Amino acid sequence: MPAIPQKIIHEYLRHDKKFPHVWCAGCSNGIVLGSIIRAIAGMNLSRNDIVMVSGIGCSSRMPVYVDFNTLHTLHGRAIAFATGIKLHKPHLKVIVVTGDGDCAAIGGNHLIHAARRNIDLSVIMLNNNIYGMTGGQVSPTTPYEAYATTAPYGNIEPDFDVCKLAIGAGATYVARTTAFHTQETQNMVKEAIEHPGFALIEVICACPVIYGRLNKKGGAPEMMKEMRDNSIPLSAVDKLPPEKVQGKIIRGVLHKDIRPEYCAQYAELMKKAQAQGGSK
Amino acid sequence: MSNSESKNSNTTTIKENKTNSTSKVEELQNQKGRKTVLMQGNEAVAYGALDAGCNFFAGYPITPSTEIAEILAAELPKRGGVFVQMEDELGSICAIIGASLAGAKALTATSGPGFSLMQEGIGFARSTETPCVVVDVQRVGPSTGMPTSCAQGDIQQSRWGTHGDSPAIVLYPDSVKESYELTIRAINLSEKYRTCVILLLDEVLGHMREAVRLPDISNVRVISRIKPTVPPHWYKHYEDNEKYPFPLASFGEGYRFHVTGLTHDALGFPTNKPNEAAEMMARLKKKITYNIRDLVQIESFQMDDAKIAVFAAGITARSAKAAVVMARKEGIPAGLLRPLTIWPFPDDAVRKMLRNVDIVIVPELNQGQLVREIERLVKDRSDSKLIKIQRVDSKLIPPQDILQKIKEGM
Ligand SMILES: Cc1ncc(C[n+]2csc(CCOP(=O)(O)OP(=O)(O)O)c2C)c(N)n1
Ligand code: SF4
Ligand SMILES: [Mg+2]
Repeated sequence: MPAIPQKIIHEYLRHDKKFPHVWCAGCSNGIVLGSIIRAIAGMNLSRNDIVMVSGIGCSSRMPVYVDFNTLHTLHGRAIAFATGIKLHKPHLKVIVVTGDGDCAAIGGNHLIHAARRNIDLSVIMLNNNIYGMTGGQVSPTTPYEAYATTAPYGNIEPDFDVCKLAIGAGATYVARTTAFHTQETQNMVKEAIEHPGFALIEVICACPVIYGRLNKKGGAPEMMKEMRDNSIPLSAVDKLPPEKVQGKIIRGVLHKDIRPEYCAQYAELMKKAQAQGGSK
Repeated sequence: MSNSESKNSNTTTIKENKTNSTSKVEELQNQKGRKTVLMQGNEAVAYGALDAGCNFFAGYPITPSTEIAEILAAELPKRGGVFVQMEDELGSICAIIGASLAGAKALTATSGPGFSLMQEGIGFARSTETPCVVVDVQRVGPSTGMPTSCAQGDIQQSRWGTHGDSPAIVLYPDSVKESYELTIRAINLSEKYRTCVILLLDEVLGHMREAVRLPDISNVRVISRIKPTVPPHWYKHYEDNEKYPFPLASFGEGYRFHVTGLTHDALGFPTNKPNEAAEMMARLKKKITYNIRDLVQIESFQMDDAKIAVFAAGITARSAKAAVVMARKEGIPAGLLRPLTIWPFPDDAVRKMLRNVDIVIVPELNQGQLVREIERLVKDRSDSKLIKIQRVDSKLIPPQDILQKIKEGM
């Protein structure tokens, strides 16, 4: 894919309106936004047909910065709002940006059922292993024994593999990457948008200011290096001895299949209902 | 007193064109519309929604509202509309708001427990000025309460259930026919004033069957949001415009606006500026307070020379009306004042009533929710007598009980 100049990114930002942004220096959220914009810019889509929906959290602040149809909703409910939009106007490309708390804790039920329906949404979960916005409380993806302001003695809960959950629930495109792997993120976003069904991308992110500080991870550069060094592509997993895979972030498209998409199914249902006319 | 959309209001009306309806569907519609049929309150709500152009329903089953979902599950797809059963009420309210932002006329129906879960979403719709309708078929509470029994316990919740100050429009029918009419009115008002309008129904009304003759579809007055015509860079999603309805863009129409539940400026972007916050809050309030005459509907029955007034809403007003008729037969100057709009509360009509009568009786199926408002207004007149009748044992208040209080009052 040809490199997309910075100028194009700027065309997609509401730079005259909403900047400077709210994110801390070193936060991964802006890097992921860059990947999303590059993916879309390379796709020949009309901005009028793109809706970006988010919940509540640092990551969920993303829509306000981009020049699409944008909706910043309630904590945990982005996927439910997106479901309404997509069902009413199925031709729109609906992208959901959500955090680990937003998606896997308070919004977990909507994630499960949207995946089960296989509704054509592209959900991008920015997993920074913490509740960033509220100042560092434990999240369902905070690693075991890691620290958070509400886990001051270390987290005693196992962390959630949200990708596995989505696959189990019926998502038809599930991928994981990290904010460090910008080109990979960009490719996955493109694939997710093109995929005719429910897509989830988990992007491992750094919250250096809170998670990093509480867990002595160093600064943003160190956390980025960790993403690089502590992750392996799915394609390498089989070639490596198990001890080299243990504890690593597995990156790649973890699951992909095709099954009837919900809006398409609903269109069929409408035809059936209309053919049957007045009879119930 | 006409219960239909007030004729003198000078709003723009756009007739819904039902592009997707087949001739068979039309037939059914006409049958429902023209013949007198036995119909439940819940059915009337469903058909009212369809006649008002509702084309999106998201909901979660709950007694005693479920029939509304069931009918719309069968009817909406025939007309090109969407029915979706969501995973819970949190999802239901959010899905209808999302659909409305994409241009749908969207509605959900629920009862107490689900209504409680929807409160955060209702606040979002009010804050973001997104049209939608929530039907709450009330049942006995608190908590799971008595699912198939009647209570009027959500009167205050429908006003104050969501956090923060926000405007509320809440309608309250007393018959099956009026359930149909007020559903249409709820959708019309939501489109016109860009807010979440709530329709409160009583369990008994939801399930009761009455003979009704729905109007011919061509006589139904439908209000739909107006599309903006300005170029996108001129468009303000929250223009401070006092003439409702004012242009409202939907997602996918080229306007690319931003919507957030954070306090926002005229363009919809979040703001921390006190003056912009004040502006937004003033706009939300003004749309109610400047339009009281259009919003408030009230039925006055035998009130001209009444010295005793019963103030009641919903199913309790049916008992009250019967009691008034009985009292009149005995020569007692009783009357009934019945709000069809409970929020905004009909302060002016109540003040007028209080000026003219000596005794006000407020029967209701709760521990004192409507009467709070009367108490607030009665302060102006300390010599009038206020009699409360409250019942929360799942039974209705019979006319005799109200008649007895009328006589005691004399
Ligand atoms: C109903 C509700 N509960 C709690 C909150 C407070 N809250 C705001 S953001 C947030 C957590 C966000 O965490 P996450 O989704 O991981 O996003 P991040 O900030 O880490 O990007 C919480 C608990 C809220 N806004 N609404
Ligand atoms: S608190 Fe963490 S997640 Fe939030 S903006 Fe700062 S670095 Fe990013
Ligand atoms: Mg987080």
